[in-house]
Amino acid sequence: MKTELKRGTMTEPVLALDDLSVRFKLKRGELNAVDGVSFAVHRRETFGLVGESGSGKSVTARAIMRLIPTPPGEISRGQIRFEGRNLLDLPDEEMRSLRGKRIAMVFQEPMSALNPVYKVGTQIGDAVRTNLGLGKAEARERTIELLSLVGIPAPRDRIDNYVHEFSGGMRQRVMLAMALSCNPSFLIADEPTTALDVTIQATILELITRMIEKFDMSLIFITHNLGVVAHACDTIGVMYASHLVELGPRKELFRNPQHPYTIGLLNSIPRLDTRSKHLTPIQGSVCSMMSPPAGCKFHPRCAQAMEICRREMPEFREVAPGHYAACHLHGRN
Amino acid sequence: MDAAVDTAKDATGPLLEVSGLAKHYRLHGDIYSKLAGQKTQYLKAVDGIDFAIRRGETLGLVGESGCGKSTTARLITRLVEPTAGEVRLKGEKVLGFSEARMKRMRSEVQLVFQDPYSSLNPRKTIMHILGRPMQLHGIASSYAERRERVLELLARVGLGLEHIDRYPHEFSGGQRQRIAIARALAVNPELVIGDEPVSALDVSIQAQILNLFRDLQEEFGLTYLFIAHDLSVIRHISDRVAVMYVGKIVEIGPADTVFANPLHPYTQALLKAVPEADPDKPPPELTLKGEVTSPVDPPPGCRLCGRCPLESKVCSESAPPLRDTGDGRQVACHNI
Ligand SMILES: Nc1ncnc2c1ncn2[C@@H]1O[C@H](COP(=O)(O)OP(=O)(O)OP(=O)(O)O)[C@@H](O)[C@H]1O
Ligand code: SF4
Ligand SMILES: [Mg+2]
Repeated sequence: MKTELKRGTMTEPVLALDDLSVRFKLKRGELNAVDGVSFAVHRRETFGLVGESGSGKSVTARAIMRLIPTPPGEISRGQIRFEGRNLLDLPDEEMRSLRGKRIAMVFQEPMSALNPVYKVGTQIGDAVRTNLGLGKAEARERTIELLSLVGIPAPRDRIDNYVHEFSGGMRQRVMLAMALSCNPSFLIADEPTTALDVTIQATILELITRMIEKFDMSLIFITHNLGVVAHACDTIGVMYASHLVELGPRKELFRNPQHPYTIGLLNSIPRLDTRSKHLTPIQGSVCSMMSPPAGCKFHPRCAQAMEICRREMPEFREVAPGHYAACHLHGRN
Repeated sequence: MDAAVDTAKDATGPLLEVSGLAKHYRLHGDIYSKLAGQKTQYLKAVDGIDFAIRRGETLGLVGESGCGKSTTARLITRLVEPTAGEVRLKGEKVLGFSEARMKRMRSEVQLVFQDPYSSLNPRKTIMHILGRPMQLHGIASSYAERRERVLELLARVGLGLEHIDRYPHEFSGGQRQRIAIARALAVNPELVIGDEPVSALDVSIQAQILNLFRDLQEEFGLTYLFIAHDLSVIRHISDRVAVMYVGKIVEIGPADTVFANPLHPYTQALLKAVPEADPDKPPPELTLKGEVTSPVDPPPGCRLCGRCPLESKVCSESAPPLRDTGDGRQVACHNI
C-alpha cells in the first residue's frame, strides 16, 4: 500500500503554480511583482527559489499562503493547486484553517514575525492551541517537545524566555518550531538562514533536512544564496524581474545552466578553492519593476541579447528533460 | 625635514600595526545583582589582538557576527578608545596624535561601511557628498577644481557623469556603494577599511564592487583592511587573512596557506560550514559542538573550550598565544 501511495504521489505534485501573477496598484503606478510563474513541487521534494533582491520570491510565497495585502496587491492571474484544489477558489475560512495546519511558512524576518512582548512558549503555545485544539497544559508540553525537536537546549528552562533573550540562530529555530507545530505537509521557508552565520546556517539546514524526512513534508526554500540551494534543494527555480527564467534539477542546473542570467550569477560568485584576479560580474543593475523593458527583462544586461530579445518575451521551454529556460537562445530555431 | 624622516621610516615598516589591542565594555549589572554582591561583568569585544598590514597589501578579517571585527575597525580609526593596546600608523602611535595630526589621519584612513543606504546623507547631492571632504582636507580649493575631481572620481568608480547633481535615493544599492567608495577616495587615503562593504549587495553586483576594489588598489597603491563574514569574499580579496573568534585572532597568515590548509580547529570548522555553490563539493557540516561562546566574561582559557574537537586539559587553564607555525602563519592553539 505504501508503494502505491508513493507511486501516486510521484506523478501528482502536491503544489502546482500555473501562470501565477501578482500585481500591486501603487500611487506611482502598477507593479507586476510576479508574472506568469509556473512550477510544481512533489511530496518530499525541496524546491529552491533563488534570484536577485526584489525579483518576486517572497511575493510568490505570500501568494501561495494567500497573504498578499489587498489592496494594494492582488493575484491577477493563474492558479495555485494544492493537494488537488485551487487555493484561489477556497473560501477565506477554509484557507485560514489550511494555513498553519497543512501549509506553514517561516518568514524572512524572525523578529517581525515573533511578538517581542510575549514569551516564546506563549507564542508557540497559542498556535498549538488554536490549530490543534489542545488544552493549556497539553499545549505547554507539546511546545516543550517542539523546542527540543528543533534543538533548543534545556527547553523547559527556555520556554518562558522572551524573543530578545534568544540568539539569531535560536530565534530561527523558534520560527521553525512554530511552523512545525501543527505537522504541516508543506513548508515554505523564506530566507531562513540568510541573517545567520555560516556555522549556525549549517545546523539549521541540517535541521530542516531532518524535519522534511521525519514529517514527510515538501518544502519551498527561498534564498539568494546559491551555495545553500546547491546542497539543500532537489529542484531549483531562478527568478529575475518577476519571471521564472530557469528551472531544473539541482545538479543539472549547476553543471549545465542555460539562461544567461543563471550563468552570470554562477560566474559572479567568488570561489573558496582558487583565487582568480577578476570575477565575471553581470553588467549593469536590475531594471525598474515599475517600468521594465519590453521583451526579455534581462536583455539590457545580457551580453548575448539579440534583436528579438528587445521585442519579444521568450517562452519557457524545455531544454533538456525536466530542465526549462526562458531565453531566445533556446528557441525553436 | 620632519616629513623627510617620516617617509624614510614609512618605506620600510608596515603601514598599520596593531598590538595588544583590546576593548572591554563594562555591563551595568542590575540593582539586585549588585545587592547580591555579584561582580561587574565585562563584554570583551576585542581582547588583545596583534597584526600588521604592509603597504599595498589586503588583510582580510573574517569571523562570525559579534566576534569583534567592527570594533577592531572602530578602534583603529579611534571612533572608540581602546581599553588596552596600541595602534601605529606608519610607525606613529595613533593614541598620542595631536588634534592636527588626527585630522590628517582622517584623510589617510578611510572607512567604507556595509549599508550604502544609511551611510550617505539623503539630503545632499553627490557633488556635495564627494566635494565636502575634499574641502575639509584642503585637497581642492576652488569649487571648479572640486567639481572636476568629483567628475573624475565618478568616472573612476564606474558611475555616469550625469549623476553628479543627483541625490542618493536615486541610486541602486550597488551604485550607492560606488558613491561611498568614491567618497573614501576623495581625500587620497592610504588605508581603506571596508567593514562588510559588499555584504548587503546581490551576488551579481557584489562581483562588480569586488572588482572595483581590486582595480583601485592597483591604480592608487591602496592598502586594505577588508572585513567580511563571507569566506569566499575574503578568499577572493585578501593577500593575508586573520580569523577572529570571540575577541581573539585564532589564525593569521597568507590567504592561500590558510584556505588550502587551515590549522586552527575554528578555521577548519568555519570552512567546512560554507555551502559552496557546487553540488559536487561536500555538503556543509558543523564540526563544533554547541553555541558560540559568549563574549561576556569569557572563560580564562581558550575561547573554543567546550566546542573544540581537539580540546585537552591545558585548554581551559590558559589562553593559547599566537605562535609561528613556520609557514608564514601564526595559530593560537595548544594542540597544534
Ligand atoms: N506590500 C507591497 N506593496 C507594494 N509592493 C510590494 C509589496 N510587497 C512586495 N512588493 C514589491 O514586489 C516586488 C517583489 O518583491 P519580493 O519581496 O517578492 O522580492 P524578493 O525576491 O523576495 O526580494 P529579497 O531577496 O530582497 O527578499 C518588489 O519590487 C517589491 O518592492
Ligand atoms: S532572451 Fe535574449 S536577452 Fe534574454 S537572456 Fe536570452 S539572449 Fe539574453
Ligand atoms: Mg524576500
